Amino acid sequence: MTTLPNPYIPEIATIIETVQETPAIKTFRVTLNNPERMKSFRYEPGQAGQLSVFGVGEATFVINSPPTRMEYLQFSVMAAGEVTSRLHSLKAGDQIGVRAPLGNAFPYESMKGKNVVFVGGGIGMAPLRTLLLFMLDNRKDYGDISLLYGARSPEDMAFRYDLPDWTTRKDMKTVLTIDREAPGWEHTVGLIPNVLLDMNPSPENTVAVTCGPPIMIKFTLQALKKLGFPDESIITTLEKRMKCGVGICGRCNIGTKYVCMDGPVFTYAELKKLPSEL
Amino acid sequence: MMDALFLADDKLSAWLGELAAARRVLVPVREREAVVFRPYAAGVTPVLDRQANVPPKASVFPASEALMSFRYTKNPENLGQVAVEVHETIDAPPTVVFGGRPCDARGFLVFDRVYDTPKIQDTAYKKRRENTLFVTLACDDPQNTCFCNVIGSSPYDATGSDVLLTPVAGGYLVECASERGKVLLESKLLSDGAAKREEAKAVHASSLAALDPVWDPSPAKAKLIEKFDDMGFWEDVSAKCISCGACTYLCPTCYCFNVTDERTGMKGERIRTWDTCMSYLFTLEASGHNPRPTKAHRLKNRVGHKFSYYPEIHGGPIACCGCGRCISLCPVSVDIREIVRLSIERPTAKPENK
Ligand SMILES: Cc1cc2nc3c(=O)[nH]c(=O)nc-3n(C[C@H](O)[C@H](O)[C@H](O)COP(=O)(O)OP(=O)(O)OC[C@H]3O[C@@H](n4cnc5c(N)ncnc54)[C@H](O)[C@@H]3O)c2cc1C
Ligand code: SF4
Ligand code: SF4
Ligand code: FES
Repeated sequence: MTTLPNPYIPEIATIIETVQETPAIKTFRVTLNNPERMKSFRYEPGQAGQLSVFGVGEATFVINSPPTRMEYLQFSVMAAGEVTSRLHSLKAGDQIGVRAPLGNAFPYESMKGKNVVFVGGGIGMAPLRTLLLFMLDNRKDYGDISLLYGARSPEDMAFRYDLPDWTTRKDMKTVLTIDREAPGWEHTVGLIPNVLLDMNPSPENTVAVTCGPPIMIKFTLQALKKLGFPDESIITTLEKRMKCGVGICGRCNIGTKYVCMDGPVFTYAELKKLPSEL
Repeated sequence: MMDALFLADDKLSAWLGELAAARRVLVPVREREAVVFRPYAAGVTPVLDRQANVPPKASVFPASEALMSFRYTKNPENLGQVAVEVHETIDAPPTVVFGGRPCDARGFLVFDRVYDTPKIQDTAYKKRRENTLFVTLACDDPQNTCFCNVIGSSPYDATGSDVLLTPVAGGYLVECASERGKVLLESKLLSDGAAKREEAKAVHASSLAALDPVWDPSPAKAKLIEKFDDMGFWEDVSAKCISCGACTYLCPTCYCFNVTDERTGMKGERIRTWDTCMSYLFTLEASGHNPRPTKAHRLKNRVGHKFSYYPEIHGGPIACCGCGRCISLCPVSVDIREIVRLSIERPTAKPENK
């Protein structure tokens, strides 16, 4: 009889650095306290983890640093409720619990040789950041890379330390957008789906990866269809309320699929096959 | 298979005493109006002539348990620095569940496919499962809410049990139902039961005959999906429901849970408690969006999970043992059998603009 490790026991990790990304989003760079575990820790772009504040609870966040940069694991947390607001009060040196990696990953192997269009909105940029950095670190494996990243206002734009690189490097095309004009903003203004239509990316040999608030995803999918992207070439990630993260507690199912195990990454073709319970 | 043994009525409490000397023995007892499983002690009279209201689910999957404990410690050199430790807390005492029904013992087979898989094992569940034996009592008087025959079982099905008792004149026929069950049968209180075999068979036959006729629930697997967007159907079958969750808390096969932390001072525990998909909060998301906003959506998930999604994922078996508790104990008499049958029989309304 095999005995596997207890899936509910988090590993203790130390916050080595925090970044206040926006008023609502704070980033945590953490390392597992056990150096051996940190060295052998493996995950794939798109996978998530549960962070614990012991005494408050656990919540799910995508690991938004790529496995090609293993100095730390990065999680960006938008204040939404109890655990997230408590996380926001933590600082470098504080200890938290980590259960990771959980869930499936972006199909980065089968995307090799293809062009990639990233469309991220708000905190939905987090999972895309992992895949984007991973691809930039393995640049020759992929074709043209373009990024459309939108936030409500310049202050709501996370990952600002990445933007100088993303907007200037020659091997990718980046469009940043905000909803409404703002003083000092030198990039695009407009809602993500409209800007995407203006960008007019070719669906030829191209995969689109999108994540953001539900309403943004909905209209982005429509825009991608209008541009001629087939359902199989559109990838998104789903958010459901989760507890166990390992397919046991029964909370995150959509029909026969468990978002914590079969997801969070799905193609639009897969989504269409699921019961309409998003 | 071991020979049949016999336990005389007047030896029952002595046998329970013997079993309880070595382990926790849970027996059905009357508590006010309800029959529930409680630890056996001398003087306790088990209620063996009716199905318990609350199944013995908590023997292996407690309604509330600590998954772990944690402790914060301040660094004496630098009080601003706080370390944390976590410890696994598993309470898995050797246990016998005595006097449950075949459906009660079978309920855990539904859990096993989820809680103990080659990929993920729920450690506490697995340990308790390994430490728990079931001495099951065959039914001689099924209720009109029982439908174990429909889901492929019977009032004397020993699947999932370790010992099967059948009531006969003057006592019980005692049969070993698993390798693990043998250890319970070493008692001198048990005598040869070969002569009682035929009588037990007759009890089995008459119980089976007392159930409603068998029907085939398997077409529901496809039909429940077909009806997913037929909200008229779901509103109709859930009209009476008051979202109390009794159907799930009292169900031997419902296994969903919630996790919360409790902390006092520098230490605390992470607690898991039973939870119910019949509750609005179960799927409420941070944005305020709820994928299952009405009781119709939630009942659809409960029935869909048991009769469609689970069989689809696990290659056939239905996540219901036919115990009938969700029917007999529902305050407004929602009947899962009727919903499953209607899903099969009633034509599916075509969605209007799809
Ligand atoms: C796969 C996945 C990846 C995610 N990645 C990120 C990320 O990178 N960054 C980020 O900021 N957020 C992410 N989230 C969302 C994040 O998990 C929730 O915002 C968080 O769990 C809220 O926890 P809380 O304890 O602060 O909220 P609570 O105090 O528990 O609740 C506040 C509100 O949020 C709801 N809620 C609780 N848990 C969740 C949940 N898991 N999903 C949706 N709603 C929930 C509650 O019903 C309540 O309405 C992700 C979610 C999933 C499922
Ligand atoms: S027991 Fe009855 S009323 Fe209560 S939630 Fe279940 S179906 Fe609804
Ligand atoms: S669904 Fe109802 S009949 Fe089936 S196991 Fe649960 S309580 Fe018993
Ligand atoms: S979060 Fe528990 S089953 Fe998915």
